[in-house]
Amino acid sequence: MNESSMPPASRPMIGRGFRLQWEPAQNAYVLLYPEGMIKLNASAGEIMKRCSGEATVAEITADLERAFSTSGLAAEVAAFVDLALQKQWLMAAAP
Amino acid sequence: MNGARTAAQPGPPLWLLLELTYRCPLHCAFCYNPTDFARSGPELGTEDWLRVLREARALGSVQLGLSGGEPLAREDLEIIVAEAHRLGFYVNLITSGVGLTEARIRALKSAGLDHIQLSFQDSTRQMNDFLSSTRTFDLKSKVAALIKQYDYPMVLNVVLHRLNIDHVGEILEMADRLGADYVELANTQFYGWAWHNRDQLMPSRGQIERAEETTRRFRERAGRPMRIFFVVPDYFERRPKACMNGLGSIFLTVTPDGTALPCHAARMLPGLEFPSVSASSLREIWFESSGFNRFRGDAWMKEPCRSCPEKVRDFGGCRCQAYLLTGDAANADPVCDLSPHHHLVTEIVARAEGPRCGEKPLVFRSPANSSALFP
Repeated sequence: MNESSMPPASRPMIGRGFRLQWEPAQNAYVLLYPEGMIKLNASAGEIMKRCSGEATVAEITADLERAFSTSGLAAEVAAFVDLALQKQWLMAAAP
Repeated sequence: MNGARTAAQPGPPLWLLLELTYRCPLHCAFCYNPTDFARSGPELGTEDWLRVLREARALGSVQLGLSGGEPLAREDLEIIVAEAHRLGFYVNLITSGVGLTEARIRALKSAGLDHIQLSFQDSTRQMNDFLSSTRTFDLKSKVAALIKQYDYPMVLNVVLHRLNIDHVGEILEMADRLGADYVELANTQFYGWAWHNRDQLMPSRGQIERAEETTRRFRERAGRPMRIFFVVPDYFERRPKACMNGLGSIFLTVTPDGTALPCHAARMLPGLEFPSVSASSLREIWFESSGFNRFRGDAWMKEPCRSCPEKVRDFGGCRCQAYLLTGDAANADPVCDLSPHHHLVTEIVARAEGPRCGEKPLVFRSPANSSALFP
């Protein structure tokens, strides 16, 4: 089992030392960290901005499916959350 | 419109570096500050810096470096940090730690400071002082403890050169004892005071190889996690660094007197206009000044860069290094072994292998030495 994968019931939040914000000049969400920046694509931005530490991965997925009038996003969201955990852009909020 | 000659409309200056002051309690012989700093104009006032922050943020700047000199020498540092934080900058403080008391770090934290990079200042004397484990280490220990207490990662930057690189093992031991999370072992780059002291500071190839080996062994040693970056000096490479990601591409720095530059050292480049933030808006400076436009795109390039497929990766290297070594800022950075001037670099490196005799003394960075060099 992948150590960094996050169960659907856990609540992701922005990782320590990172800050997420909307940048009008780049028309994108960016993730800021010491002396660096990651420009997020549209779907990554939509997922990350919902990672407040309060919503579960399942709730975030449902919210995205509602917002974009679609379904079947669970795998894509889970894959991104796992990647973001590996990169420490996200961490699990204390239960 | 001639696409080949026109630089694409530049993006925002994502990186803003404010050199708030040239005042500094240290006298490092490898400092990149200009050797003529003593004759620069008066420091900008608080309101000027706050206006620069607002203008930069409106242009799309996101990363802010606060540096100097020693930025803690500014009593309004907390005000500047607070406004930067309010505007949405990610605020990085680059400091020697001298003057970082608990009262100040508490105030900086509550003002919204995001990150601290602690540089291990060194001159030969201070290094000896440290190596004999005396006052310097006590100061750094105190500052390192404060940085951790206020929940910042402990990031240590150590500048290496001929006179201290053989001590890299002891330096890493020190970093470990200080509880560092990240250590950057940055070999001296030769600008400013370091350029003036180049021959005394240039390590030999053997020194660099031994230091890399020591670093590698240290990394392998089990222990608590401490990430170590070893930055090889340009002169020992065969391809140049992508300096500033190309001049005028993402980086804008403002000197203590308000001169806007596309890199720390660019003021030396002849024939360019570098406006003051007191006289022009940052928007005009970024988009319209010759200082920022001259080396955008690749129309300025000469051979071998002009037809080189690697130009999209390294942008021809560093303009200041090209100017310092060849006298023409539009030449290829002679660090590149495709440059017809590459021999200038290999000759300097070869001299560092030779015996040392009749060596000049180091000239330490100080207002008095600056005034003596530029009466």
